[in-house]
Amino acid sequence: MILSIQHLYYLVGAILVITAGMTLADASHPKRYSSALFWGLYALVFLIGEQLPPIWVGTGVVVMALIAGFGGVGAGRHRARSAEQYLASAKRLGNQLFMPALAIPLVTVIGTLSAKYLSVGGLPLIDPKNTTLVSLGIGCVISFGLACWLTQESPVQGIRESRRLTDALGWALVLPQMLGMLGLVFSDAGVGKAVAYATTSYINMDIRFVAVAVYVVGMALFTVVMGNGFAAFPVMTGGVGVPILVGVYHGDPAVMAAIGMMSGYCGTLLTPMAANFNIVPAALLELPDKNAVIRAQVPTALTLLLANVFLLNFLMFR
Amino acid sequence: MIHDVNLWPLIGVAVIIAGFVLRFNPMLVVICTAIVTAFAAGFPIDRMLATIGTGFIKTRNLPLIILLPLAVIGLLERHGLRQHAQSWISRIKSATAGRLLLIYLGARQLTAAIGLTSLGGHPQMVRPLLAPMVEGTAEVRYGKLPEHIRHKLRAYCAATDNVGLFFGEDLFVAFGAIVLMTTFLHEAGIDVEPLRVAVWGIPTAICAFVIHAWRLNRLDKMLSRELAQRAPITPAAGAASVAVKGV
Repeated sequence: MILSIQHLYYLVGAILVITAGMTLADASHPKRYSSALFWGLYALVFLIGEQLPPIWVGTGVVVMALIAGFGGVGAGRHRARSAEQYLASAKRLGNQLFMPALAIPLVTVIGTLSAKYLSVGGLPLIDPKNTTLVSLGIGCVISFGLACWLTQESPVQGIRESRRLTDALGWALVLPQMLGMLGLVFSDAGVGKAVAYATTSYINMDIRFVAVAVYVVGMALFTVVMGNGFAAFPVMTGGVGVPILVGVYHGDPAVMAAIGMMSGYCGTLLTPMAANFNIVPAALLELPDKNAVIRAQVPTALTLLLANVFLLNFLMFR
Repeated sequence: MIHDVNLWPLIGVAVIIAGFVLRFNPMLVVICTAIVTAFAAGFPIDRMLATIGTGFIKTRNLPLIILLPLAVIGLLERHGLRQHAQSWISRIKSATAGRLLLIYLGARQLTAAIGLTSLGGHPQMVRPLLAPMVEGTAEVRYGKLPEHIRHKLRAYCAATDNVGLFFGEDLFVAFGAIVLMTTFLHEAGIDVEPLRVAVWGIPTAICAFVIHAWRLNRLDKMLSRELAQRAPITPAAGAASVAVKGV
């Protein structure tokens, strides 16, 4: 293929190297060296990560976590424009400002849908395994060009703005990947098996409704711990769903899978472990409380989880 | 069945829960959990570091969706995207924060259900467009918002995007979760049509919409209860104040 996810890693690595360089050159930065080291190490993960021995990468990750954990990642001083300047350019550009912002999702969708048909010299243009992400990358590059042209700014200013937002996010930007890593460590260490064993051997599931509730609530709880419904599904369905709900009570497996997975998503709404959905947006929206998004989701998630117990109980055994 | 299960790795679960509850820095909590879990499973230190390193490399795709749009969004914000989004929405007089979010919820769920999940998202849609618009509609009605209300509205924007995405995408037959479910069931000796799994997600999806819509309605009521007497402002004057201050 011509454009693969590897190219996106190089692109992100390049952006992070420049971010680290700008941080190092910023004499007014309160945490100049530790922040630059943090972003520099992160850049290496994207640029040469797969060539490095895993032990080195692991050591680097521990160093990054220690820098972030002890407050070593700070934001530089970025000069905001005045309210008049914002308003003047908003007035001058008007609805044109929406165009690059909407171009990102639009190009992503077009790229994803047409990936099958795009090929150059018999090779697919977009990596078939990562069509959405590669299309997103193309969309961002195209709309970056559009935004520079529209605002008459240089690409360097664009990278400066990228660094401003990267600084605002700080280590929260790396947290989703840290948690993804932890999920893999959990599965290597057999945490899933241990949880399934603990739940199935200590709860009496002779009453059908109890078994249904254990499956639904277990999916949510396990997702809260793992941060991901996909990790919970094999454990709970293998431990309770297939042997008990289908095996003993002869329920409809399609209903079980559908409602089970969505019960997992209720857990996703509740957990800081799902950092991409809950913690990163709080940082992106500059909320002082990192758990503000979770707080806004708790009532919806718990009500829906209760609804799921009854939906599964009635729809699975029609 | 499985009586020789090693229960020690469960310590990792305890560490992560304690870490988040006691509000330690999450990066520190995660790395400590990884180290403790690996020790509890009996990994020597080199295998522990290698597992961490391999896991970190394998999950490099996760930050792409956040990092890639930042330059575009930053440039547009520098040129008044948020201000323009606010004044644009203030022309729609019947808009309220809750109704705007309700429309977004419905649109997000429906587009995700036909596979167009990348039409929304926090960096490319919520921060630059949805949040300023929701704040803008509230300011048109109630004047300048107190900080805690502004933060609450933003949190609801992010929450609504999540709810719409999660309970929409699972209805799309070609979505990864459906493939994962049917593959897993197939290996357990049960064959199910992917379409049936997608269809049986619909009742929960409808419940999710109804529950969250009800909460958005309550959000509007809360806004008028807390803010109405504070700043009695006519819609026209409100629009003007937004335009002048360019908040």
